[in-house]
Amino acid sequence: MSTPSYNVIGTRPPRHDGADKVTGRAIYAADFQMNGLLHGAMVRSTHAHAILKRVDTTKAAAFPGVVAVVTADDFPQTPDRIVDLGEGETPVSHLRGNVLAKGKVLYQGHAIAAVAATSLQAAEQAAKLIEVEYEPLPCVLTAVEAMADGAPLLHGGDTNVTAHVHHAMGDSDAAFAGAAVLIEREFTTATVHQGYIEPHAATVLWNNDGRVNVWCSTQGSFVVRDVVSCLLDLPVSQVRVTPTEIGGGFGGKIPVYLEPVAALLSKKSGRPVKLVMSRRDVFEGSGPTPGSMMRVKIGADADGKFIAAQAFLAYEAGAYAGGMVGAGAMCVFAAYDIANQTIDGYDVLVNKPSTAAYRAPGAPNAAFATESVVDEIARELKMDPLELRLRNASREGTRRADGPKFRRVGCVEVIEAMQAHPHYSAPLGEPSHAEAKRGRGVAIGYWFNIGLPSSCVISVNADGTANLIEGSTDIGGTRTSIAMQAAEVMGIPVDQIQPTVVDTDTIGYTGVTGGSRTTYATGWAAHDAAQDVIRQMKLRAAKLWQTEAVDFADGVFRAGERAMTFAELAGKMSETGGPVVGQASVNPRGAGGSFAGVIVDVEVDTGTGKTTVLRFTAVQDAGRAIHPSYVEGQMQGGSVQGIGWALNEEYWMNPEGRMMNASLLDYRMPTILDVPMIDTQIVEVPNPAHPFGVRGVGEANIVSPPAGIANAIRDAIGVRLYHLPMNPPAVAAAIGGQK
Amino acid sequence: MKPFDYVAPTTLDEAVHALAGNPAARVLAGGTDLLAQLKGGRRETPLVVDVKRIPDLLSIRMEEGGLRLGAAVPCIRIATNPDVRAQYPALAEVASLIGGTAIQGRASIGGNLCNAAPSADAVPLLIVLSAVARVAGPAGIREIAVEDFCVAPGKNALGEGEFLVDLFLPKPAAGFKAHYLRFIPRNEMDIAVVGVGVSATVTDGQITTARLALASVAPTPLFVREVTEALVGKAPSAEAIAGAAALAEAAAKPISDMRAPAEYRRHLCGVLSRRALTAVLQ
Repeated sequence: MSTPSYNVIGTRPPRHDGADKVTGRAIYAADFQMNGLLHGAMVRSTHAHAILKRVDTTKAAAFPGVVAVVTADDFPQTPDRIVDLGEGETPVSHLRGNVLAKGKVLYQGHAIAAVAATSLQAAEQAAKLIEVEYEPLPCVLTAVEAMADGAPLLHGGDTNVTAHVHHAMGDSDAAFAGAAVLIEREFTTATVHQGYIEPHAATVLWNNDGRVNVWCSTQGSFVVRDVVSCLLDLPVSQVRVTPTEIGGGFGGKIPVYLEPVAALLSKKSGRPVKLVMSRRDVFEGSGPTPGSMMRVKIGADADGKFIAAQAFLAYEAGAYAGGMVGAGAMCVFAAYDIANQTIDGYDVLVNKPSTAAYRAPGAPNAAFATESVVDEIARELKMDPLELRLRNASREGTRRADGPKFRRVGCVEVIEAMQAHPHYSAPLGEPSHAEAKRGRGVAIGYWFNIGLPSSCVISVNADGTANLIEGSTDIGGTRTSIAMQAAEVMGIPVDQIQPTVVDTDTIGYTGVTGGSRTTYATGWAAHDAAQDVIRQMKLRAAKLWQTEAVDFADGVFRAGERAMTFAELAGKMSETGGPVVGQASVNPRGAGGSFAGVIVDVEVDTGTGKTTVLRFTAVQDAGRAIHPSYVEGQMQGGSVQGIGWALNEEYWMNPEGRMMNASLLDYRMPTILDVPMIDTQIVEVPNPAHPFGVRGVGEANIVSPPAGIANAIRDAIGVRLYHLPMNPPAVAAAIGGQK
Repeated sequence: MKPFDYVAPTTLDEAVHALAGNPAARVLAGGTDLLAQLKGGRRETPLVVDVKRIPDLLSIRMEEGGLRLGAAVPCIRIATNPDVRAQYPALAEVASLIGGTAIQGRASIGGNLCNAAPSADAVPLLIVLSAVARVAGPAGIREIAVEDFCVAPGKNALGEGEFLVDLFLPKPAAGFKAHYLRFIPRNEMDIAVVGVGVSATVTDGQITTARLALASVAPTPLFVREVTEALVGKAPSAEAIAGAAALAEAAAKPISDMRAPAEYRRHLCGVLSRRALTAVLQ
């Protein structure tokens, strides 16, 4: 396939929001101010599982400065029903119950009540006066414990298992008989948090005319609008959500926590109310991604061809159904062409916060298991681990056990790029001291690229510039990557287009910034809106020139001898019929998805068990890299988060279900001093399902790092770890157990 | 955070007066512990007494027989002080270990001691440097050996109305070396899982002084006196070091918490003691 020549796509222009962000002028949710603002404080459960016997707000309501106090009883008690408001199918009672607990608390940190006062100090002191009487219940903290007979049940019934997904093709049990190598291992991973640097924050004004205005940090302003209108029993047109700048989300800012509560407080007080989470609230009261237990079995023939595979995945859902195991079950063997597969996944309630998406949710857990087993097979067969992966790689036409056949994908190209990368053949170098050992590991992984609706409107100005509005909150430079696609179509430089993310009244429905969809789907809408602009501009030229056939290429409109640049024609809009406004909405399906892989060198201090990542190379198929710097930024970001997940991050819970490390000090995300420069290599296998070939690149890059690091540690110390995080105590214990 | 009163005395007497009769008052030096505790709601106080305007608490000077280090001198001044760097290089190192750049402009070694955290990075080193704390209070001035200063997690030996004025570090003899080694899972922004301070003097091939103290493995920084007895009089050797490291490991009384399991902390005591002793003895 020949590479089309582009003027804008593939370049690296400065981002439109860059100046505001580096100068500190950008307005994030907690920065938002307005006249008469009240400050809110929440009361959160101190128990992981308890019946709420009594919530008495009398003393708090009487505290000086307090204007309103709310509990779950203040929500309209609409009959329960199943809704899909952008987070998957959920009963309204679960959405409502997670926002403010009713009858029972299901995790420590579960919100119970809220206070609004004229100062934050007054709100916090008043919140402490709310009396909550608990009847503690036994708690259950892991999927395995929660699946056991006699486990405490979170939502009654007879089991904590809320869903069992089962995918099968061929006959894996029978096929294992023909395996020359058969490896089956069990893995566990701890609950981890996305760790976005900006805590959740929201301000709501319930206006006198009944309209509800929301300003908040979210990945999906339309999700917030729909959840708020649903929980408050309002028509969606009565709720307007204005997304502020967002300091990271990674999936964790899709769920709605504060907005409905701030709305209730605003309704009661008649004033705008702001709620801001502390870091502790973020850890305890927002959605982490699941801890898990996995069993993976793969059989290969003597040539290394995988002939059968089985997976058992039990993922924590947290306090409510709808965890991440579904995607885990779809991804567990997605990188490989294996004829016989059986996959069982279980979504299991535990007394932890309701889990949320986190960058390729469910896939890093599964890849840790699969890629560790694949590494063992390579060792067993004495085969190069990338050669083994290449031999089994998914390609166009490969069927996944969950049904779909891959269209054109870049799994093979990613592995080949890893093989050819200088890192893969570079010497490991001498250990830095006598007690240090070095090793290298590789791993690959897959993640989807969802579609969902997106809308875009482009208004042309008389000077030839344009304003583009869209509804995807910008986390990774998407204003620019979207505007670049419009600029390419319109034949003008991208700095002539001013992109703005607008509120829910101003643009058509746009799905979440998630699922690696924004540059793909909203970029597609921008492409189509720009085509609409050009179509209208051609008509204007035709009118001017009294002709029917107008061509447009390289930014110039032509008919015979006559020619006008985009800007020249824009200057004649007024006389040819008024403003030109292009618009488009899309809801693409059948997106291609992205494969990615890592090569990792580590040094392990065998005395302390500490792992240092020496060198890290990330390779990913971007389809078509619209703005290569932002693609590389996504690859580096996912790699760093994967390193944290692999080595130190975890919810460290005591037996009563209290998270003991709910601070950035003790949660131990990697700092800049804990990671090497992440080397990146973009592979481009264009996505046939996008006008420019774009594949979403936000997520696949976190899938393989934990497995790659696990394989590197195994290479260094000669012993494999089966649990994440592989922190210094765990590595030291593994080395000690080997002696 | 609840409101509180604030005073900033300029003499020792004024500070004694401000603290008198107000047992809940808190002394503020760099504030890197106190302000975080107040903001986080972990501590409340009606009165904060800022001691950073008292000259005695802000001076570093060489005296007859040693170094006098004001209690509120920020780490950055300690780490960059020429006398400290020449004569107490391990102290300069530990001062640059605590916190990032911004914190080092505020945090003090005196405050690190008074905060009495079991994990305090400076305290094991102060113990092996045989530092003595000078405190002022209603009854005048008195001295406390640093190894006796911390009495429980977050509790120190200061009586009612007393505060730390300065630390005196005896002048190192020829052949004296000291070293502090800490283990943290990350490379910054972490609390010592185990810290080991060691010092030793080797004269004519024989160990004449030796001290070892541990952080994060007991309710207070722990001075392991057995190491002194085991090493003094011996020649430096791998066997002597291994024996002393085993004593340190045996002396540790760690707990398991979110920062590390007890068994691992004990293991680290051995590993780090061996490495730190090797650094000063070889």
